[in-house]
Amino acid sequence: MPDTGTSDAFVAFERVQKSYDGETLVVKDLNLNMPKGEFLTMLGPSGSGKTTCLMMLAGFETATHGEIKLDGVSINNIPPHKRGIGMVFQNYALFPHMTVAENLSFPLEVRKIGKSEREKKVMRALDMVEMGAFGGRRPAQLSGGQQQRIALARALVFEPELVLMDEPLGALDKQLREKMQFEITDLAHRLGITVVYVTHDQTEALTMSDRVAVFDDGRIQQLAPPDELYEAPQNSFVAQFIGENNTLEGVVKEISGSRCTVQLDGGEVIDAMPVNVSKVGERTRVSIRPERVEVNPDLGEGAHTLKAKVKEFIYMGDIFRTRLSVAGNEDFIIKTRNRPDQVRLSPGDEVTIGWLPEDCRALDAQ
Amino acid sequence: MSDATGPDTFDGPTPDNALRQAKKTSGPMLAADGTPLKKSLSRALRRQKMRALMLIAPLLLFVLVTFIAPIADMLFRSVENQIVSETLPLTTEELGNWDGQGMPPEAAFEAAYYDIFLAAERKQHTRLGTRLNYELTGASSLFRKSGRGLDDIGEVYQDQFEDLDENWDEALPWLELMGDPDWLAEQQEWAADEDGRQPRFELRDGIEEILPTTAREFAAFARFQQVEDQKNLLEEEPWSAVHTALYTDLAAGDMSSYSGPRADMLQAADALVASPEFETVSFLDGFEEIDEDWMEPPIWQTIKLYSPNYTSGYFLNSVDMQLTPEGAEARPDNERIYMLLFKRTLFMSMVITFSCILLGYPVAYILSNLPMRSANLLMILVLLPFWTSLLVRTSAWKVMLQQQGVINDVLVWIGLVADDSRLTMINNQFGTIVAMTHILLPFMILPMYSVMSTIPPSYVRAAKSLGATNWTTFWRVYFPQSIPGIGAGSILVFILSIGYYITPEIVGGTTGTFISNRIAYHISSSLNWGLAAALGTILLAVVLILYWAYDRIVGIDNVKLG
Ligand SMILES: Nc1ncnc2c1ncn2[C@@H]1O[C@H](COP(=O)(O)OP(=O)(O)O)[C@@H](O)[C@H]1O
Ligand SMILES: [Mg+2]
Repeated sequence: MPDTGTSDAFVAFERVQKSYDGETLVVKDLNLNMPKGEFLTMLGPSGSGKTTCLMMLAGFETATHGEIKLDGVSINNIPPHKRGIGMVFQNYALFPHMTVAENLSFPLEVRKIGKSEREKKVMRALDMVEMGAFGGRRPAQLSGGQQQRIALARALVFEPELVLMDEPLGALDKQLREKMQFEITDLAHRLGITVVYVTHDQTEALTMSDRVAVFDDGRIQQLAPPDELYEAPQNSFVAQFIGENNTLEGVVKEISGSRCTVQLDGGEVIDAMPVNVSKVGERTRVSIRPERVEVNPDLGEGAHTLKAKVKEFIYMGDIFRTRLSVAGNEDFIIKTRNRPDQVRLSPGDEVTIGWLPEDCRALDAQ
Repeated sequence: MSDATGPDTFDGPTPDNALRQAKKTSGPMLAADGTPLKKSLSRALRRQKMRALMLIAPLLLFVLVTFIAPIADMLFRSVENQIVSETLPLTTEELGNWDGQGMPPEAAFEAAYYDIFLAAERKQHTRLGTRLNYELTGASSLFRKSGRGLDDIGEVYQDQFEDLDENWDEALPWLELMGDPDWLAEQQEWAADEDGRQPRFELRDGIEEILPTTAREFAAFARFQQVEDQKNLLEEEPWSAVHTALYTDLAAGDMSSYSGPRADMLQAADALVASPEFETVSFLDGFEEIDEDWMEPPIWQTIKLYSPNYTSGYFLNSVDMQLTPEGAEARPDNERIYMLLFKRTLFMSMVITFSCILLGYPVAYILSNLPMRSANLLMILVLLPFWTSLLVRTSAWKVMLQQQGVINDVLVWIGLVADDSRLTMINNQFGTIVAMTHILLPFMILPMYSVMSTIPPSYVRAAKSLGATNWTTFWRVYFPQSIPGIGAGSILVFILSIGYYITPEIVGGTTGTFISNRIAYHISSSLNWGLAAALGTILLAVVLILYWAYDRIVGIDNVKLG
């Protein structure tokens, strides 16, 4: 697993485990290092333990095993209110009996900051999220997006170095969500804060983060920058979870360096890049991104071609999405750009498809 | 958390909006069948409303009959006072001309004679006595005595007239003298088989001018016999008040020119009255004979004060005041009790409410933070008291708290208290507060619990993540949001306890009883319902005022039951 090295890690999970009921581990052996200023997203399906990790970092859950360090110091025994970590909750958790300004002032009051200083900071934080005129309102008088901004401002007003956000945009509609995604990353980079962001929305994760930790089954499946995650998934789960993906099942026939041959279940033999296979005879799942597949290819040396039959053609405006039957896989998707010279296939057509061996990754069979 | 939509931004085609719309447009909009839209719409709505009304009708009726009507009746009883003016109509009229100073004129005695005589025949004088006894001790026995004693006055005249002529003690001659001849004929016809309704007695034309008092009293006699006693008038000899009235009329007027029926009989009687041997009794002497108290102003003043149909007397009594000829004034110290009881009731209810908050809050908090299964278990424990009878629970406290009871025994056993100085924890305020706190606790816990369980745990987490200590988190974030529960619970407990009866009755002794115990006493023992009603009305008013105050201070929308 790629690490940034413990020395300059700002946040560090070391062999952390968590069980709620003493029977099953919700988080299994979590290791994670974050440098200062990083925007890291925990991405994974519901129930994969993302919130649990965040809660352990915030101090609301204790790790059953292992150590969590903040700036080099173990915080396992520090109560939440002394950790100085800002937090944004999914339902915003704005105190309904206080006005917006009082909500923002709250963390400053408990830190015993003087009144004038407090007012200045509250004003600055409100301006930062462009909500300067709303200080006197109650949270219930704000729209969802406005509440979300206030929650953000409240988590930032006391200038924490680390901010945790648990699906903060989950309750917003798509347009607002995209706008807020941009605003949050922009703010985070401007303020230079370190952010741990939890989401189950992969687009959100890919567009916002410096690095993404893909969670499944209580483990980090892959921790990488968005492009690497998309282009070089380390295992089948990541390949499936991030973006669209075509898989073909088969057995490894031969491995030599950065090439291997795989005999598909239908008998065809293709070249692939060995990623998660170690020995000949192992079952594998080959993964190819839909946009890397060419129809009637002219790919030159090393490329492999397969016969395919068109099942469905979907016109989507900017792209065409075609469903094919390839080597026994009825749901083989290809995406082609809408260009004047692009052929539009129709169901029943028999075509040849192909791809570069580098785009075809032999992963674990799961 | 909701989006910020105002309350009335719904502008879709709802019936209400359609009505509003219809109002705005100048000409009436027409429905498909040509009737104005507004009309057909309101007709449709009316049908809906009727259906809704029919659904709630049984409950409405039930509430009306069992709740609203009794309350209205109670409110009415607290001021109602017709009994005096109904029982003593002549007297109250006479006393109306009296200034209330010294003794009333002789005419008042005369009026009282006729009134009380009739009341005694109708057996209502004791009721009136009881009523006046609330205001003046001794009135009850005075009226009881008078009912019997007044006969002595009338018999003096009755005997003399009878000695003169036997006919004065016979029914028929009287009826011929006083009654309308047509009526008498009808009456005799009816008397033959006593079938159907007895013809109502009618005075003879002109008799009222000749014998005004006698006519009045004979009519009263006849009405009583016919209507209330259902007797055949032809067989009833008049009572002595009629003879007294006859004497009064004969003494005042001259019968020599009278030529109607029984003229000789009447003229003979007139001559007898004029003769010096005729024995008379003044009404004043008659009353003095019955009881010296009639010769003192208080009884007359009381009758005068309570002659109006409606009185503030009960309410004044409820706040330890009384009606006097000089206006309302405070009662003497040794007769004051109700203000003390009201204050005690309010004070103890507050103490009980407060102890319920103190004891209930932590329980509700734990309940709302426990996982479902353990919360349910604990909830059963909270509700357990509801499964045992109120009497059993209260009696259990008696066993626990009495001097030879469990708690004292334990205290003595561990040596905290000496055996000869056992604590008095029952039959006083302490006992009432303990028992009632226990009994009312669930009413505090339940609303608190239902409010607390709606407070998301994320608020507490948010506060802590913002740097608040446990205490600050509780006090600044959790507690304010739980106030609606405290409010609802407090209102419930306070209102329940302010009118509580059974527990203070059993464990309250003398220092721990509530105003409701006094109300119950007046309802069932002293039978002074008017006073009980006034006390109850004040209690109701206090509750409403407190409710209003609560609304002003905390706001009633701040009360939630979940
Ligand atoms: N307080 C808790 N008590 C018991 N189990 C819990 C608790 N919180 C979460 N879990 C379980 O832990 C697992 C991971 O939950 P969570 O961290 O919330 O996942 P995610 O946030 O990725 O959806 C889930 O199976 C969930 O049921
Ligand atoms: Mg979660």
